[in-house]
Amino acid sequence: MQILQTDIIVVGGGGAGLRAAIAAAEAAPQLSITLLSKVYPMRSHTVAAEGGAAAVTLSSDSAAAHFHDTVSGGDWLADQPVVEFFVKQAYRELVQLEHWGCPWSRQQDGNVAVRRFGGMKTERTWFAADKTGFHILHTLFQTSLKYPAIKRLDEYFMLDLLRAGEQVVGVLALALNSGELVQIQAKSVILATGGAGRVFHYHTNGGIVTGDGMALAYRHGVALRDMEFVQYHPTGLPGSGILITEACRGEGAVLLNKHGKRYLQDYGLGPETALGQPQNKQMELGPRDKLSQAFWHEQQAGRCGDYNGHAVVYLDLRHLSRAHLQQRLPFICELAKAYVNIDPALAAIPIRPAVHYTMGGIATDINCQTTLPGLYAVGECASVGLHGANRLGSNSLSELLVFGRVAGEQAAHYASQCPAADSKALSVQSEMSQRWLNRRFGTNTTDSVAQLRQDMTLTMEQGCGIYRTGEGLAHCQQQLQALQQRYQQLKVTDRSKVFNSELMQYLELGFGLDVALAICSAAMARTESRGAHQRLDSGMTVRNDAGFLCHSQLYYKANSLPHLSWQAVQISSLPPAQRSYGADNAAAENSADSTKGTQP
Amino acid sequence: MIDYQLLIQRYDPEHDNEPRLQRFTVPGDHTTSVLDALLYVQQKLEVTLGLRWSCRMAICGSCGVMVNGIPKLGCKTFLRDYHSDITIEPLAHFAVEKDLIVDMTQFLAHLSAIKPYLINDYSGTTVHKQTPAQLAKYQQFSNCINCGLCYSACPQFGLNPEFLGPAAITLAQRYNLDSRDNGKAARMPQLNGKNGAWGCTFVGFCSDVCPKQLDPAAAVNQAKVESAKDFIISMFKP
Repeated sequence: MQILQTDIIVVGGGGAGLRAAIAAAEAAPQLSITLLSKVYPMRSHTVAAEGGAAAVTLSSDSAAAHFHDTVSGGDWLADQPVVEFFVKQAYRELVQLEHWGCPWSRQQDGNVAVRRFGGMKTERTWFAADKTGFHILHTLFQTSLKYPAIKRLDEYFMLDLLRAGEQVVGVLALALNSGELVQIQAKSVILATGGAGRVFHYHTNGGIVTGDGMALAYRHGVALRDMEFVQYHPTGLPGSGILITEACRGEGAVLLNKHGKRYLQDYGLGPETALGQPQNKQMELGPRDKLSQAFWHEQQAGRCGDYNGHAVVYLDLRHLSRAHLQQRLPFICELAKAYVNIDPALAAIPIRPAVHYTMGGIATDINCQTTLPGLYAVGECASVGLHGANRLGSNSLSELLVFGRVAGEQAAHYASQCPAADSKALSVQSEMSQRWLNRRFGTNTTDSVAQLRQDMTLTMEQGCGIYRTGEGLAHCQQQLQALQQRYQQLKVTDRSKVFNSELMQYLELGFGLDVALAICSAAMARTESRGAHQRLDSGMTVRNDAGFLCHSQLYYKANSLPHLSWQAVQISSLPPAQRSYGADNAAAENSADSTKGTQP
Repeated sequence: MIDYQLLIQRYDPEHDNEPRLQRFTVPGDHTTSVLDALLYVQQKLEVTLGLRWSCRMAICGSCGVMVNGIPKLGCKTFLRDYHSDITIEPLAHFAVEKDLIVDMTQFLAHLSAIKPYLINDYSGTTVHKQTPAQLAKYQQFSNCINCGLCYSACPQFGLNPEFLGPAAITLAQRYNLDSRDNGKAARMPQLNGKNGAWGCTFVGFCSDVCPKQLDPAAAVNQAKVESAKDFIISMFKP
């Protein structure tokens, strides 16, 4: 088995991983950094983010306002010291991206332009047309090429973490183009492996978003935190789930039901705004959880249209000029044309909610450090405590940058001090993994990876959707356990070494099943409704701060249900209050102004 | 749903001496993409089929293949546009690793070679000003998704893999044209060489196949003009 040695290994080549690698290279140029990814970095799913990245920018805006939007948007489940740190760092990071060449969209005077986004009380979202994630990812990837300390292992699949006692000391990986295992010894490991949207059936995510890092940290004893909070993006294309950015609504798009009527005023987001005059935190600029929930109610009431068998509502951009659409939303025009044959200047786009983002993840502190020495996590795979029960659009791209930098610096600091691990124990662990891997191959009589995966995604869609019930969750949990039993029997039938897709998908499915069971188990335990987690059961339909103003933490138990504990939310300056949008929000803000609120 | 006939090039380096075509029948409707069809084959008919893909929305650049001899993104090419057998092969001009998976090492080396990052001595803490007009000068060239289709379309890259190729030259121009950049001098040696812009014979097929309509051929032509200017200026330098 090949053995490689490095100081820091970053797993995942998306925005968070690349930012971490660059930060580590700048913080400690003498260290060697290995960036390992199962795909080429520019294929990472950061590439699909469209709308933008948030930071306090306008002179009329303030850190206190961004803090308030994020905490209330997260239904008070965000850790407030983390949010305070984030809102203060975000601007610097977006400027850093500008210095590295990101083609941010501009105002006529050459300053960076900002746009409206859902749940944000003022314009603070930086954007590069409607391909912001793409440009951030490519800017970071191209910039990373400047640093000789960063060595890449492209198309290597993380099989396991290497451990020396409690300490994480590297990664065991599969070289996809040869099928060989490689032991990569490191002093610190940063997981930046992205989310787990692929455990659901309808989602906006790429094929690679399978929860690998979450599952591995979890299996090694790190808690998965707040997993019940799964974000449905309100505007995905029917069937494929392809993302139609919230920036459409920021630019003035409205949502219509099958009768051509706007409906969000019926769900606490009104009064209705005039066409072409979007108002912050009102109607279509409400937060994602509320909009997806409103869709569900419209569907229950029979007011959705049909698109190829999918219930849909319509995103109407027709009142915006073609020139404006081409300048601000060119990718949306391209996607609508290619995938639903719609010209948004002439017809409304059929859309429906699709799973988009996992708010929860690997529990870390504000330094991106997990409970295992040497192991850090950052980005969508992590739960640093920023998003609470519902993430605001455009906070996650900023998160990648702010906390990617933190993770890189912290991991570099740790690696500079940490002694090398005993490599003998690692050989034993690696040999065991090799033997485990060899036993995965065989024949199946009826089952297949593809069939089991489909059963998992449909089960999750059924049981852990926008609205949940105790009965549905219990059924979902039983089914997931049955699927895990089937997984134990499942074999990989393709014995080839070079780019064995079945083997990779088999391993991803194993990770996904663990993450799915964590999501379902946390959702069962939270018998209240908060943010993206909504229960229909009697007595559970509203937020219950007395019982549940706390994070769920799940600990892995092999062949069993996870162990759950609760962790208090850190509240530093903004005590829990009613979340309000539209007219209610305006009233609440007026009263807060008159009583001098307690924001930082 | 109607049945489509796919002929997919297979090559398993562990068993095959040379590639072969394998026929599959795949159901599709007016929304089925070539990528959907390939994934149907992998999930239902032939689990060993090797291909790259991820985003399904023409932005990650993974799923480039030859469809009836033309380089295409699988996720943005639809079965409805074909009426007889659809032949799917790996991207031309790259070494095949397995089935539809090609070796992208050379492509990435070319991208790296042209120093694709801002080069300047700016040390301020505020943003550079850049007007929409200045942004527009390079914006189109910044939209490259690195799918490699233009290399499969380029006869020169087919003859000489050392040729930087359309995407790398476009990326060089993307930075050369950026008002925040002073790195053109550092990039010109790459563009001036025989494997740089002058390696292009202006066939222009790269621009035809670009799924993002970047017009890489225009970028290469601009690079030739820059290279010529660079040469003339160098004659008058001591």
